[in-house]
Amino acid sequence: MTYDAVIIGAGHNGLVAACYLARAGLRVCVVEKNDWIGGAAVSRELYPGFTYSNCSYVCSLFRPEIMRDLELPRHGLQILPYEGGAMFTETGGYLGMFRDHEANRREMARHSPRDAENYDRYLRDLMRHCRFIRPLLMRRPPDLASFRPRDLSELAWLGKQISGMSEAAICDMLRFWTISISDYLDEYFENPVVKAYQAVGAIIGTALGPMSPGTAYVLLHHAMGDVDGNVGAWGYARGGMGAITRALADSFRASGGELRAGVGVERVLVRDGRATGVVLADGDEIRASRVVSNMDVRRTFLGHVEANDLPDGFLKRVRTFKTRGSSGKLNIALDGLPRFTALPEGAPMIRGDLHFTDSIERMELAYDDWKSGHFSRDPFQDMMIPTTIDPTMTPPGKHFMSSFVQYAPPKIAGKDWTHADRDAFGEACIAQIERAAPGFRDLILHVEVRTPRELEAEVGLTEGNIFQGELTFDQMFFNRPVPGYADYRSPIRGLWLCGSSTHPGGGVMGAPGRNAAAEILRDMKRPLDDMRDAYAVL
Amino acid sequence: MTDLRHYQTPLRQTPFHPRTSAANRLHAWAPWAGYATVQTYDDLAMEHSAIRNAATLYDLCPMIKYRIEGTDAAACLNRLTVRDADRLAVGGVHYTVWCDDAGHLIDDGTLFRLAPDRYRLCCQERHLPWLLDSAFGFDVRITDETGEIAALALQGPTSAVVLRAAGFDIDTLKPFRMAEFPFAGGHLTISRTGFTGDLGYELWTTPDLALPLWDSLTDAGALYGLRPVGSEALNIARLEAGFIIAGQDFTPAPHCLREDRLRSPLEMGLGWLIDWDKGQFTGRRALLRQRERGPHWAFVGLEIEGNVAAEGAILYHNRKTEIGVITGACWSPTLKTSIALAQVKARHAKGGNLWAEIYALRELHYARMMMPARVVARPFFNPTRKRQTPPGKL
Amino acid sequence: MPSFDTIVIGAGPNGLAAAHRLASRGDRVLVLERGTTPGGGAAGAEFAPGFAAMPLAHLSYNLDARVARTMDLPRHGLRWANANLATTALSATGAHLRLEGPLGLTLTGEVSDRDRAAWAGLRARLLRFAGVLAPLRGMTPPRLAKGVGNPMGQLAKIALRARMMGADEFRELGRIFLTNVHDLLDDELETPLLKGALALDATLGIWLGPRSPNSVLPWLDRLAGATDGAQAALGLPMGGMATLGAAMARAAEAAGATIRCNAAVAQILTDGDTVQGLRLADGEELSAARIVSSLAPKTTLLSLVGARHLDAGQTTRARHLKTRGGAAKLHLALSAAPDFRGAALGDRLVIAGSEHAVERAFNPAKYGRTPQAPVMEIVIPTVHDPTLAPAGQHILSAIVQYAPPAPADPDAARTAMLDASLRVLEDHAPGIGALILKAEMLMPHDIETRWGLPGGNWHAGELSVEQMLFLRPLPGLSQYQGPIKGLWLASAGCHPGGGVSGTAGWNAALAMERAGK
Repeated sequence: MTYDAVIIGAGHNGLVAACYLARAGLRVCVVEKNDWIGGAAVSRELYPGFTYSNCSYVCSLFRPEIMRDLELPRHGLQILPYEGGAMFTETGGYLGMFRDHEANRREMARHSPRDAENYDRYLRDLMRHCRFIRPLLMRRPPDLASFRPRDLSELAWLGKQISGMSEAAICDMLRFWTISISDYLDEYFENPVVKAYQAVGAIIGTALGPMSPGTAYVLLHHAMGDVDGNVGAWGYARGGMGAITRALADSFRASGGELRAGVGVERVLVRDGRATGVVLADGDEIRASRVVSNMDVRRTFLGHVEANDLPDGFLKRVRTFKTRGSSGKLNIALDGLPRFTALPEGAPMIRGDLHFTDSIERMELAYDDWKSGHFSRDPFQDMMIPTTIDPTMTPPGKHFMSSFVQYAPPKIAGKDWTHADRDAFGEACIAQIERAAPGFRDLILHVEVRTPRELEAEVGLTEGNIFQGELTFDQMFFNRPVPGYADYRSPIRGLWLCGSSTHPGGGVMGAPGRNAAAEILRDMKRPLDDMRDAYAVL
Repeated sequence: MTDLRHYQTPLRQTPFHPRTSAANRLHAWAPWAGYATVQTYDDLAMEHSAIRNAATLYDLCPMIKYRIEGTDAAACLNRLTVRDADRLAVGGVHYTVWCDDAGHLIDDGTLFRLAPDRYRLCCQERHLPWLLDSAFGFDVRITDETGEIAALALQGPTSAVVLRAAGFDIDTLKPFRMAEFPFAGGHLTISRTGFTGDLGYELWTTPDLALPLWDSLTDAGALYGLRPVGSEALNIARLEAGFIIAGQDFTPAPHCLREDRLRSPLEMGLGWLIDWDKGQFTGRRALLRQRERGPHWAFVGLEIEGNVAAEGAILYHNRKTEIGVITGACWSPTLKTSIALAQVKARHAKGGNLWAEIYALRELHYARMMMPARVVARPFFNPTRKRQTPPGKL
Repeated sequence: MPSFDTIVIGAGPNGLAAAHRLASRGDRVLVLERGTTPGGGAAGAEFAPGFAAMPLAHLSYNLDARVARTMDLPRHGLRWANANLATTALSATGAHLRLEGPLGLTLTGEVSDRDRAAWAGLRARLLRFAGVLAPLRGMTPPRLAKGVGNPMGQLAKIALRARMMGADEFRELGRIFLTNVHDLLDDELETPLLKGALALDATLGIWLGPRSPNSVLPWLDRLAGATDGAQAALGLPMGGMATLGAAMARAAEAAGATIRCNAAVAQILTDGDTVQGLRLADGEELSAARIVSSLAPKTTLLSLVGARHLDAGQTTRARHLKTRGGAAKLHLALSAAPDFRGAALGDRLVIAGSEHAVERAFNPAKYGRTPQAPVMEIVIPTVHDPTLAPAGQHILSAIVQYAPPAPADPDAARTAMLDASLRVLEDHAPGIGALILKAEMLMPHDIETRWGLPGGNWHAGELSVEQMLFLRPLPGLSQYQGPIKGLWLASAGCHPGGGVSGTAGWNAALAMERAGK
């Protein structure tokens, strides 16, 4: 039998694409190499009784249109908004972040009254940029070298968005897209801790330091999501991040889709320049009129397609596509809630994101380590304890802690990571937490340390890059993943990409999967009735 | 040093809180600039009536106040605001506005000249970053002194009598002037200003004297119908006076996300404030250009048929073409008419064939009305007693 | 008070170019210069008795052809000692790599065949892209506003030329123009010495390391320059760069402009709407209907005009103008010719062992510290013109990167930078230390003091994409017209940036002519 589409990889984008195609009446099969599904949006029990969100750990970017189109709440998905957070300082203090505007203002004023006053202006400016970027997420980037009507109309749409803006507003926006977060924050804030806290979102997932140009945009990438309309807010998926892919899989099956886990794809079958199916690791062949790859662009074309089937120019761009991993992760089962000595007893900040790198300089120094091929000796951590809000993940009174760490290079001084490297990396992070929460070590029941090596081996992210490709301008929008191929297609007819390597990039957003499905359905001249356009930004 | 546990009390209390909370029988609190303020103490109609017929107390503490001092204070304020701060005499007060580079309104407020080189700017929103930006290159210090001052509005026809009864001789105090008095071992500044468009005063002192001040006024006012009023009653009074509020009648530029919502002073009927000849001020060049080509919007006062408040109504020309929106409206108990403030397209500034689309929800059913709206001069209510010096008795 | 049609503030290349053009159109032009000699970055200051004064710039890479031709600089003394200087990428072991012809047309040294082929391809592409973008340099940049006389025709022509390269090349331009130098080189090449020399060439004078995103665009801009008609060629004038500055000054005077040195401007006078003239530091007032400032925009707006005559938002933007200079300047008076392990001393000598070495030199500068092993571009002008120094003796001029623009202890930083530089030099030219008669290390803050460039930045404002084209110097001011009627900005801080090019001044003068029509 021949499927209408076979999808390689049951990550969130693969499943989103699969759901939309199945709903449009296509016969769709999803193939997953792991025994479990979810890719990097996954919940796993790695210690008895404890559910780990062991890759991605928070949710905000997932497009609400997709949740609604695919009826994910009906299939069990709930997003729990979380509260604020704190940045601990080396001097034993902290800067808290609160959802309440006035509390947040007062807290910031403890460190700098001027910064507290400037925060509103900063948020306003950030929000203006968000308003521009959000409608772009669910559109196909135009090819600037093309004269096809679709490309011209996308370009015209873009022109229309800009033509309504004032000169100052466009200039501010272009500046924002190209400037470093460090320079940008200097224009608003004076206090190093305030600046460091705001810079958090600008470096997460990138192989760039806060002083690298282009990082202000990365901040936007993390700020443009929302939880129920609260733009910039983040939340936990109830039951761990796997709840998202579980709901997607249920939705997919309910639409008649087929899901095969446990056997990976060996290669894509290509005949006469056209994809005809896939060969599985166990030798089975699945025939399909089109193949949709949720793998990153390098893994897809360098690992699963014959080089002969691809034009040289394309292959070269795929080879030089940057997927340098920059992060690692600690997943920790805790016997109880750690006590951070700086925080008042019972402070709500422990239910939010916690950090220990109290200056931009320390963050940048951590990045200098990465550039020299070493993990950061004084790492940056984005740490949280989701069980303070979601009690379903552990036994009562116990906790799951997730700490996202930068920077960790794909290789240590040009060599593969060893177990000893990994342990030293984990220890650097634990020691940093222990300093802020004495006794923390004694609460640890189990630690999983993940470096780019594990991310590549288990999830299949080349070099452990969590965005399936760095988020720099040369790899964004019409350049993502390869100039001329930002339309989710490839040089092989019938072979499509739907992962985070494609526009608009990484994060558990679902937009690449949705956009790819839209292009496939358009290509098949099917109506897009079951697919919402992006909600209007009013 | 701020208490680390400040987050447990999201709203702060003003120095008058022990008295306002005791009087607040409805427990109707609303946030204002981080403080809890009273919406209505116990009866909206009685409170509004007191503003127009007796005397009222309104807790002004959350109003943002900046101290601007230094040898360049006047020059800096001239660069910041559209009026000439140099021509404001010491002891005088004027209403003013300020704009961004593009001439868009940031806020309005009252400027008090306390000394040749010291001013106080009172306004609705916080603006310290903008003020500091505007102070660059000037020898001036700008401080947020909101928390250092207890402020109380005493408004209404009997307010002068109450002050006299409390021992303050304000007979010679003219509108937009202020005077200083010794009080309870400290100082009290009384300015003849207010937001009701009626005879009234605003009283400024230190937080430690807040309660003695409140008590002394309530004692003195007992025979003159003095009562505290909340923001809702004040809102009706300010609409009758035709006053605008930042954030309600226009969106302050620093908060504005949508560029088409920005408004200039010319578009808000505030062009009369602008001193074109005083030299450079921020937005001047943009406003000159706008004056030349004509503003897009106008701000008008409206009287609307019927007796239903037209809050938020869309305005139409000839019942068909949308030409604006009502930004504030009420049934005026004083004038016995339905009044409104509105932004309209500039060519409709003089009115004519204007209609307000009003939806009145009555027992789960909307009555939709298309009501004629007539452009009228502001203030809607303009009693002579507010200008008389010495003020009348009642 | 004395009266002129136009007063130009600053007798640097841009001020002189503008003055020349205006004067030759019949304007009565006065050029005011704070220093003792005209020339700006091409004017020097004596650092050792008997040795020629050394200017900030020691090579020419982007002298505007329109300026050179119209000002007839050869007639006023400009001769090229070498109009196509070769580069030697120095190796500490003597395995040097020589790059001859513009941007290393031919490579001599240990380079694999694969790299030679790859470099030929990359070089051609870089020059092609730079060539396509080059016309932008000579234009008044567009503004992102309607009704401001945007040069739509010229822009369309550039876009068309870019598209004519073919769809793939056009897309490639769209990919790389905001990428980083490190990746661009690393994707194609493997020879560390080659990558090091190119990485340094790309980042000379800018506040970005080779790994910084957006670092390719300033390089393309640099490669859009030309010497004597040859794109990307490096030129060394006979007598050094000071000759070029002097030639421009003589040309401007010949066209009728008056140049007054030792005349620092304190204040531009305005009645609020229009400029009236200016006041000198000594109190003298001069009136003019037009003031052209070739000083850094930050200085012009905040110091000469003053915040109170500007809108507050614009003042804040001007304060936020980034002006970090990362290039220090080293001058050595040498008792004899140094020996860089056999390298040709007439070449431009580059010490940057690899692209990583350049990045490593940038790292500490980010934190206000000096690098252990700075990278540098060295010129020994006395090899070409022995008259610049006493017989048999030499001058070594080097641009040393990266220096922190605002170190906590400026004097200590200068000492550390000098020590580190001499260590690096000693490694590459053993015994050079013993030849030093006099050493001068000019840190960015010294460059600021001497040449008036804020932060010591060559471009009078960082040349980075967020400060280029219509964003340069500030939104709304990109077309050379200042915020006050009669005030014009004609500085390296304006489009297209610095170097001894005269382009910004020339463009500004053209814009004035258009506005006058």
